[in-house]
Amino acid sequence: MALCDYLPALLCKFPALSDTTIRAGRKTIDDGFRGFVRSYSSIIDAAVQPLQVFLNYLERLFVTSPWPIILIVMLVIVYLGSRSLRVTIGTALAMYFIGLFGLWNDAMVTLAMTTVCTIFAILLGIPIGILMARFDRVQAVVNPVLDVMQTMPSFVYLIPVVMIFGIGKVPGMIAVVIYAVPPMIRLTNLGIRLVDKEVLEAADAFGSSGWQKLKNVQIPLALPTIMAGINQTIMMSLAMVVVASMVGVGGLGKNVLGAINNQFFTVGFLNGFALVAIAIIFDRTSQAFGKRLQKHSEVIHG
Amino acid sequence: MASHAIEIKSLYKIFGPRGADYIDQVKAGLSKTDLNAQYGHVLGLQDINISMPAGGVMVVMGLSGSGKSTLIRHINRLIEPTSGEVLYDGVDVCRMNERDLRDFRRHKTAMVFQKFALLPHRTVVENTVYGLEIQGVPAAESEKRARYWIERVGLSGFEHHYPNQLSGGMQQRVGLARALTNDAEILLMDEAYSALDPLIRVDMQTVLLDLQKELKKTVVFITHDLDEALRLGDKIAILRDGRVVQQGTGQEIVLNPADDYITAFVKEVNRGRVINVETIMKPLSGNPEGMPIESGTVLEAAARAMTAAGQSNAHVVDAAGRPAGALALDTIIAAMVTPTSHDEAQRAA
Ligand SMILES: Nc1ncnc2c1ncn2[C@@H]1O[C@H](COP(=O)(O)OP(=O)(O)O)[C@@H](O)[C@H]1O
Ligand SMILES: [Mg+2]
Repeated sequence: MALCDYLPALLCKFPALSDTTIRAGRKTIDDGFRGFVRSYSSIIDAAVQPLQVFLNYLERLFVTSPWPIILIVMLVIVYLGSRSLRVTIGTALAMYFIGLFGLWNDAMVTLAMTTVCTIFAILLGIPIGILMARFDRVQAVVNPVLDVMQTMPSFVYLIPVVMIFGIGKVPGMIAVVIYAVPPMIRLTNLGIRLVDKEVLEAADAFGSSGWQKLKNVQIPLALPTIMAGINQTIMMSLAMVVVASMVGVGGLGKNVLGAINNQFFTVGFLNGFALVAIAIIFDRTSQAFGKRLQKHSEVIHG
Repeated sequence: MASHAIEIKSLYKIFGPRGADYIDQVKAGLSKTDLNAQYGHVLGLQDINISMPAGGVMVVMGLSGSGKSTLIRHINRLIEPTSGEVLYDGVDVCRMNERDLRDFRRHKTAMVFQKFALLPHRTVVENTVYGLEIQGVPAAESEKRARYWIERVGLSGFEHHYPNQLSGGMQQRVGLARALTNDAEILLMDEAYSALDPLIRVDMQTVLLDLQKELKKTVVFITHDLDEALRLGDKIAILRDGRVVQQGTGQEIVLNPADDYITAFVKEVNRGRVINVETIMKPLSGNPEGMPIESGTVLEAAARAMTAAGQSNAHVVDAAGRPAGALALDTIIAAMVTPTSHDEAQRAA
């Protein structure tokens, strides 16, 4: 402060707008926004309702099914995906400990949410990626949007979503999908654009239609890259499902949030480890699956 | 299924966003270098006129960048021309609408690529059926036809291998099988053998020649190798900077290279395997001497036969067995020796 004693006030305190101006401006925008949301609230609710029902249903399905069934289904999926006994046994152990420490239901809620969000992100991301690869114009428009989305801290997503949709599963899901979809879009686009020009030309030379080219050449050859996108999307979904506990998404993330707020060291740790375990399961399985898809694309002979 | 000739008429291709704007200047004589320097456009082809024989092998030859790939891609219109016509069976391929063009590509043409361009995620059979699959031919039928051609190109037993489990030569056999399974009248081969080892390459040439004897497709074969061109081509066109500098039979080109560019090409060629005895025979004076040699025999074979028989003189007989001309071993050897320059080649011919 010493230096400021000798300097004019203007240089020491940043010349901010006056409090009244800011308050007035803020009030106008907030009121306008709130009014807008209020007047459309019935439409928004109606649009969101089926999603809400679906999410509730799925969560119940995960939580209320007998645990052995869930575990077996999970192990089968993991084994089919990874074809690795190690990963499968690791999964069984991880799930065993999660259950042992009483976190089974919370883990199921998190799993349900992550699964739904990932599926939505894939269903949304792949078509957009295909369009981007097909039309340079679309790419020119979508790329900067993705740049903004990816540089924005994950918390910031929650603000507009909560403003419009309120608190709950659906806004949580929307935030997660928006957060997790960019890698899906980007890698689909990239994968298709990197498809060998000669092979595409061959498809053309034999008279393929646009759809035949997409189905027979572009998607299959881009699949390893698309799988890398799916892997990233899964990991980002999981991370964001945890953050979305701040807007009312339940599960392990909610426990972590509670632990932070109340300094419950053990609870925080256990839930944190459960999340890490789930993340590793997802990652290993989807990566191993992606690798297997690539088997025949590797060039052995010149 | 009768193949037809492919007529290419005053075809021009200017690469670049506004190629059509410069076509008049190019036709008026603007050179490739000037077009590039002044307008930043690349002259790919200029004033191409070639009649490709029906049911025969047309070889297009030239150095890298001379426009061979550009030319062959006009035949199935993978590249749009800037001006000119490509006629097949009286129809201009360049004027077809999208549907007709797709049908033309599906049913009339098949293509083999330099880098094979196989689908890496499909097995040999699955690659081979590709053309039929997109035509909507039932799977059982197309697989039957695919297996037949896989066998014909010598790949039996490899039906369920993936391309990356095969050597280059085998991969190109798959490429060939894929093209043949399409049962198209036109076979386009863009440097199909250039990526192969020399021995395998000769093998594949033999495969093509054997098949062609029975199939009689209109084949367009691109190569930068004169030996390959001479072995395969019923007719050869030589491209340079997007322009045809000479076209004719292999013998015509070897004996009569149009300029130094072609002379340089021709210099290394084994003339004994290209030139026929009737090309260098002298008129008969008096009775035919020595052993009879059929017309159409290449010099090398004639020399071998004469040396084996210990004779230095022979006479050429035509198809009916009538004597047509006189032949001496020293003339044969002189003709087999390569002239060193364009002028000498002219004089020798
Ligand atoms: N898409 C393109 N855009 C611009 N220039 C091209 C394009 N394709 C080919 N060219 C040019 O056209 C010329 C002929 O190319 P190409 O037909 O591939 O030759 P070749 O097959 O005989 O090696 C080269 O100068 C090449 O640079
Ligand atoms: Mg080429």
